[in-house]
Amino acid sequence: MAIYGTALLSICLLIGLAVGRLLGWAVGLDKNIGGVGIAMLLLILLCDRLQKSGRIEPPTERGIAFWSSIYIPIVVAMAASQNVMAAVSGGWIAIVAGTLSVIACFALVPIISRIGGTNPEDVEAENTPS
Amino acid sequence: MKILEFLQQDVLIKYNLVTAFAVIGITVWLSYVVSKYLTRGRIHGSAIAIFVGLVLAYFGGMLTGGSKGIADVPALAGIGLMGGAMLRDLAIVATAFGVRMEEFRKTGLSGILSLIAGILISFFIGACVAYAFGYRDAVSMTTIGAGAATYIVGPVTGGALGASSDVMALSVAAGLVKSILVMIVTPFVAPLIGLNNPRSALIFGGLMGTTSGVAGGLAATDPKLVPYGAMTATFYTGLGCLLGPSLIFLVIRLIVE
Repeated sequence: MAIYGTALLSICLLIGLAVGRLLGWAVGLDKNIGGVGIAMLLLILLCDRLQKSGRIEPPTERGIAFWSSIYIPIVVAMAASQNVMAAVSGGWIAIVAGTLSVIACFALVPIISRIGGTNPEDVEAENTPS
Repeated sequence: MKILEFLQQDVLIKYNLVTAFAVIGITVWLSYVVSKYLTRGRIHGSAIAIFVGLVLAYFGGMLTGGSKGIADVPALAGIGLMGGAMLRDLAIVATAFGVRMEEFRKTGLSGILSLIAGILISFFIGACVAYAFGYRDAVSMTTIGAGAATYIVGPVTGGALGASSDVMALSVAAGLVKSILVMIVTPFVAPLIGLNNPRSALIFGGLMGTTSGVAGGLAATDPKLVPYGAMTATFYTGLGCLLGPSLIFLVIRLIVE
């Protein structure tokens, strides 16, 4: 049943949030540290286990997949409920930060391709079968 | 007029989450139509939809003088619930579903390296730009740095750290600029950076991290590369959400405070 998937997802999130909150408390911050990230790792590990042992049924998967497929609309709703009015007064910061980070990441692509342990010939060889 | 008033009160306001689903659904649909016919798919529909969301939030703020964007309009209050922390975090965790452990291992050292380098460099640049523009507290610097990572890492980090709503909006806007730019520029830059094989696509996805940007950009470059880039990009948001409010925040706080 779809609710099993949604429940599994919810349990992962709740555990992640609890661990994140405890982590925050442990380092003396009144904040949640990485709860969402921990929940994601937990979900990956759990689903991996369940899928390998064949204990996850397609309807259960759909109970998770629905929420995954609705994340763009939720991000749209999130964007629509932000204080954009206030942000626009400092608008250049977004453009500068976004643009500089894109330029830096583009520049890093060939560098990491090179130091990743393979020389250009190997990359060529990897390229041909695809 | 009386009829309109009670329809709004008893239908739109009373069932505001349902109203939100309808309004956001129509917004997304229109955005995908615009993407397909006006930009010929060059700008991904999701990026347009998010941009429209930010524009709506701007007008919401202008109309009501509130701080919750379009969600301050009573009939559209459900958008605040739909886009609030609870459903947002649930949906984001759900995107990790379908990522396989062995696929990640196959990515190898360069994939992990690209993820870490991509996250650190984006946070670093975003935090420096924030500092240069006068946002000099660790919470705001980390949140804007997180936004330079992706528009999801931004609000998740900002939410965890308790950043103010205007900083959150800046952070989302920075992520959006990045996402749109990656979609538009990638096909032109690809030949210059050797982005023509699965391995470099994996590295590219790990460095950029914005899933919609990477998927859109690679689709416009070579559709065969999309799954490779999207796979590493999927890990970026999780790793960013994990490192942002924890390690990176602590380091930034150590430096500036």
